Amino acid sequence: MITIIRKELADYFTSIRCFILFLLVFIASVVALYAVHQGIRDVSTQSGFIFTGLFTTGTNIPSLITFIALLVPVIGIALGFDAINSERSNGTLNRILSQPIYRDSVINGKFLAGMVTLFIMILTAMLLVGGYGLRMIGVPPGAEEIIRLFIYFISVIIYGAFWMGLAVLFSILFRSLAISLLCPLAIWILLGNPVFNPYISFIAPAMTSSVGTYLALLRISPYFLFSESTAALLDPMFRGLGILTVSDTTGMLYRPLSLAQSLILVWPQLTALICLTVICFAVSYVVFMRQEIRST
Amino acid sequence: MDKKIVVETQDLTKRYDGTTVVNNLNLHVPENEVFGLLGPNGAGKTTTILMLMGLTEPASGSARVFGFNSTREPLKVKRLTGYLPERLGFYDGLTARQNLRFIAWLNNMTDDEANSQIDQVLEEVGLTEVADTAVGKYSRGMKQRLGIADVLVKKPRLAILDEPTAGLDPEGINQILDLIAGLPKMETTVVMCSHRLYEVQRICHSIAILAKGKLVVEGALDTLGREALAEGRYKIEVETDGASPQLVEIIGKISGVKNVEAEGNFLHITADSDLRAAISKVVVNSGVALIQMKIQEFSLDDIYKKYFKEG
Repeated sequence: MITIIRKELADYFTSIRCFILFLLVFIASVVALYAVHQGIRDVSTQSGFIFTGLFTTGTNIPSLITFIALLVPVIGIALGFDAINSERSNGTLNRILSQPIYRDSVINGKFLAGMVTLFIMILTAMLLVGGYGLRMIGVPPGAEEIIRLFIYFISVIIYGAFWMGLAVLFSILFRSLAISLLCPLAIWILLGNPVFNPYISFIAPAMTSSVGTYLALLRISPYFLFSESTAALLDPMFRGLGILTVSDTTGMLYRPLSLAQSLILVWPQLTALICLTVICFAVSYVVFMRQEIRST
Repeated sequence: MDKKIVVETQDLTKRYDGTTVVNNLNLHVPENEVFGLLGPNGAGKTTTILMLMGLTEPASGSARVFGFNSTREPLKVKRLTGYLPERLGFYDGLTARQNLRFIAWLNNMTDDEANSQIDQVLEEVGLTEVADTAVGKYSRGMKQRLGIADVLVKKPRLAILDEPTAGLDPEGINQILDLIAGLPKMETTVVMCSHRLYEVQRICHSIAILAKGKLVVEGALDTLGREALAEGRYKIEVETDGASPQLVEIIGKISGVKNVEAEGNFLHITADSDLRAAISKVVVNSGVALIQMKIQEFSLDDIYKKYFKEG
């Protein structure tokens, strides 16, 4: 499996596709820095969390987390949509599978190589914004902020893993590259894109009039789950997911939540994201193991 | 023939959507031989090979390679077996050497071992000069050669080659056939599929013919050839400077001779065994000059035609 990861990584790093993705991430980081530059003074200093503000600040210009929420699914899909079917159409799949390796190490290897690539991209973006932002604002991050950012980073990776898993699944199911690219993209447009999301804006509201059901429906969208957990993780002032009635908020102290409390708040969301990823991966796994390997 | 059998299938059957592609197939491939798998398109050759490699599960029956069940212990089979698929593909962005190195790594070879082995097989298939060119620039024939190198790089005990000479020029075909024919000496058994009968005839020791998923015939090539031509007998053709009825009679009396027919100066003799020595002695003793004598050569075409007429 190490061999496959090694080869896939070598492939990724020499491919134009990855170069373009890296470029996108870089541009996003630069724009986000500009957004920080414009808006960091408006960050509430009340909570004492200024460093995380580097990632969440942005009013007219989107912040880094918005960019990440937008880019990570695209990166995941771009890395995974041709994982299996391109090998199949090139005729390399049956050549690899006739070597003494387990069949699952092929998907595992490809998936892990994609994760490593995603890891490097997101880490680059966060270090870039964090590092340059540090220079700009001169406020060092506290230990809690670092932990919050780290957990956020992990959740980004999980979120990316979900989209890559989905794309890999379609690349196993369909032989045509166009279909295996369009299917996850369609799902992304419907459920996962943060800019104009038809599901969140129209479909879910149309299906129910009850607020509770509406929220439950929204949480089908992986993007909604991810954005909820991001908000709570990076903004300690973020109080509740969902609807807070007046009786809930009366007597509420406007103080930042402790890390543990924030975590409790988003734990269901994170678990659901991990579950979705695992389901995608498990289905890919089962389908791939049972699939016939015909050369034509 | 008490040669060890390395590939054995027992009532191997495969169905796709209700059609039986391979039907109760019983194959036996002896060790260190070149075994030809013949049959028209769609006869189930490739499916049989995929089942041997453990890439496809049989509906019933079993395949054993070196005693390992292909379905249950595919890794052990794959460790010993090299497979050249009919439609082969390489990573176009990588060079021949890199493609081979990937395969060598997947077979847990050390770097040193892999490098020397890669140099050797590239030399054998004649690709040394283009070893560091990206495979995307290769011609069909060069890819085919690389495919053979790809099989050999892991030093297989069994090489399964599906159309190994497809896309090669005549010179390349000869070169590759010689290479394949030399494999049994290096203790590699070869199973090859091919539609070119003369190739099979040239290098194969035994063959099996499949049609519609069923085994039509299996056996050593020379035995099958005689069966096809003369129902298992030897046909000997003798040319003399003047055949007499007496001579026909005398030859007919040699034990083992079944039938003698005269046709001008030619005698067509059917015999149970190769009686050329005895016949020549009789002819010369009878005072007739023996001009030439030959045992009739069969061609695989005859075998093929015979079994397809029957089937």
